[in-house]
Amino acid sequence: MKLDSMYQDIILDHYKHPHGRGLRDGDAEVHHVNPTCGDEITLRVKLDGNVLTDVSYEGQGCSISQASASVLNDLLVGKELGEAQQIQEAFLELMQSKGQLEGDEEVLEDAIAFAGVSKYPARVKCALLSWMAWKDATAQALAGAPVKESA
Amino acid sequence: MIPTSRTLDVDAIRKDFPVLGRILPNGKPLVYLDNAATSQKPKQVLDALTAYYELHNANVHRGVHTLAEEATALYEGARDAVASFINAPSRDEVVFTKNASESLNLVANMLGWAEEPYKVDADSEIVITEMEHHSNIVPWQLLAQRTGAKLKWFGLTDDGRLDLSHIDEIITEKTKVVSFVLVSNILGTVNPVEAIVRRAQDVGALVVIDASQAAPHMVLDVQALEADFVAFTGHKMLAPTGIGVLWGRQELLEDLPPFLGGGEMIETVSMQSSTYAPAPHKFEAGTPPIAQAVGLGAAIEYLNGVGMDAIAAHEHRITEYALSRLAEVPDLRVIGPTTAEDRAAAISFTLGDIHPHDVGQVLDEQGIAVRVGHHCARPVCLRYGIPATTRASFYLYSTEAEVDALIDGLHHVRAFFG
Repeated sequence: MKLDSMYQDIILDHYKHPHGRGLRDGDAEVHHVNPTCGDEITLRVKLDGNVLTDVSYEGQGCSISQASASVLNDLLVGKELGEAQQIQEAFLELMQSKGQLEGDEEVLEDAIAFAGVSKYPARVKCALLSWMAWKDATAQALAGAPVKESA
Repeated sequence: MIPTSRTLDVDAIRKDFPVLGRILPNGKPLVYLDNAATSQKPKQVLDALTAYYELHNANVHRGVHTLAEEATALYEGARDAVASFINAPSRDEVVFTKNASESLNLVANMLGWAEEPYKVDADSEIVITEMEHHSNIVPWQLLAQRTGAKLKWFGLTDDGRLDLSHIDEIITEKTKVVSFVLVSNILGTVNPVEAIVRRAQDVGALVVIDASQAAPHMVLDVQALEADFVAFTGHKMLAPTGIGVLWGRQELLEDLPPFLGGGEMIETVSMQSSTYAPAPHKFEAGTPPIAQAVGLGAAIEYLNGVGMDAIAAHEHRITEYALSRLAEVPDLRVIGPTTAEDRAAAISFTLGDIHPHDVGQVLDEQGIAVRVGHHCARPVCLRYGIPATTRASFYLYSTEAEVDALIDGLHHVRAFFG
């Protein structure tokens, strides 16, 4: 069944058992929404020098958006910023590939499970929500933006 | 004029809608349950569009050639059809727009630029409800921001109806306009027009009714509603996109200022100033959506042929059946009235913790088209503490078998994410 190419077991596992969920101490916080469907995420990044020591998040949304945040946490926490940005760009490229790319498992690990999602234009934004939030939060952290109180 | 209590032959009706026979790329037959978003089109409407373009295409209200006269007659004939369909006292009260959003924005802008006694200013209050579509919220927010007027609204009860318990405090002597939806696109609620209109009239406020989800599904009589303006759109009632209607009482349309200026809406123009054509043309600047209006006329002819009372009765039966079957699905919570009384055939629900996007995706895989999200009525989702809903909405061609397919699909969704 075609759906299985979207809802890979890896995605459903991350959805049901998210990694790193919950808001913790951070250097910057952002709140992003997907206005077409109401997916929301609040995300914080914590940096130690050039190393991303934590990405914490709270959100609500579909399995794709929630699993994607969990995978992001797995992939990026502990990485140097430059490498994290390369992974983000690789994921963005995969999601914009309309099903044409399979993704490099060396770089993207579990995130290659989202390749099938890239065939569904309405769902690409769900998969990218947390990644765009991370990019925004990291930029703010680097700019020295003060952390906001969570609601 | 309106036929009495005829039943409706769904099988025959479905044969008129080519897309309902569609097999989707995954091999599943289409089960179209997204009628509150837009309706499908019968071949009678498609034929009218084709005939218009193949035989009569010209610009309207100008030119003396044969095609121009035919196009004008067809366009104005559609206005007659609309006037009759909504029991308007005069055809000149029917303004064509591009959709209901434009109709509502038009009213808000008329009132923003109006002279007394209609003028909305910093001393005025505007009243809407918490169950409005964004198209009946944002134009009033804009008007309030630009004029300093205060925006107030009716809240909702837990069972998805308007809470009118504080009506005398919400609609006051300061209220200039009350704008509310006749049938909610997300809750399916049919609102009690009379109570609101009575109070609005007592304080001298204008009444605007968003009938977008009513006009396709039930007899709409603007005189019985006693409203001042009624807005709806064509594409939800078998017509093409790009054609909407604003009905307004004649003296209001005469007194209120135009919004969009341009061709067609003028009487004379000099470089210093202009005078305006009488309504409805005063509000129809520029070349209108001619073919789309002709399509709307054909759609109304089709609906009249079936009978709006028969359509309403059919949808009521489908709604009763769907509500009873949805109640069998574990963890399913209907957002809106749970009985078919004062309720239309758009049914929103949540399914446990499964996000509506996921529900919609798995249903789509089975050929079932539903709408997921906040349905352009985000305040309703906030009110009920949910991020979004899944909505199944039915129409004259919907069948009990399609309800059954939906229920089977929902069981499959639960198994998939269980």
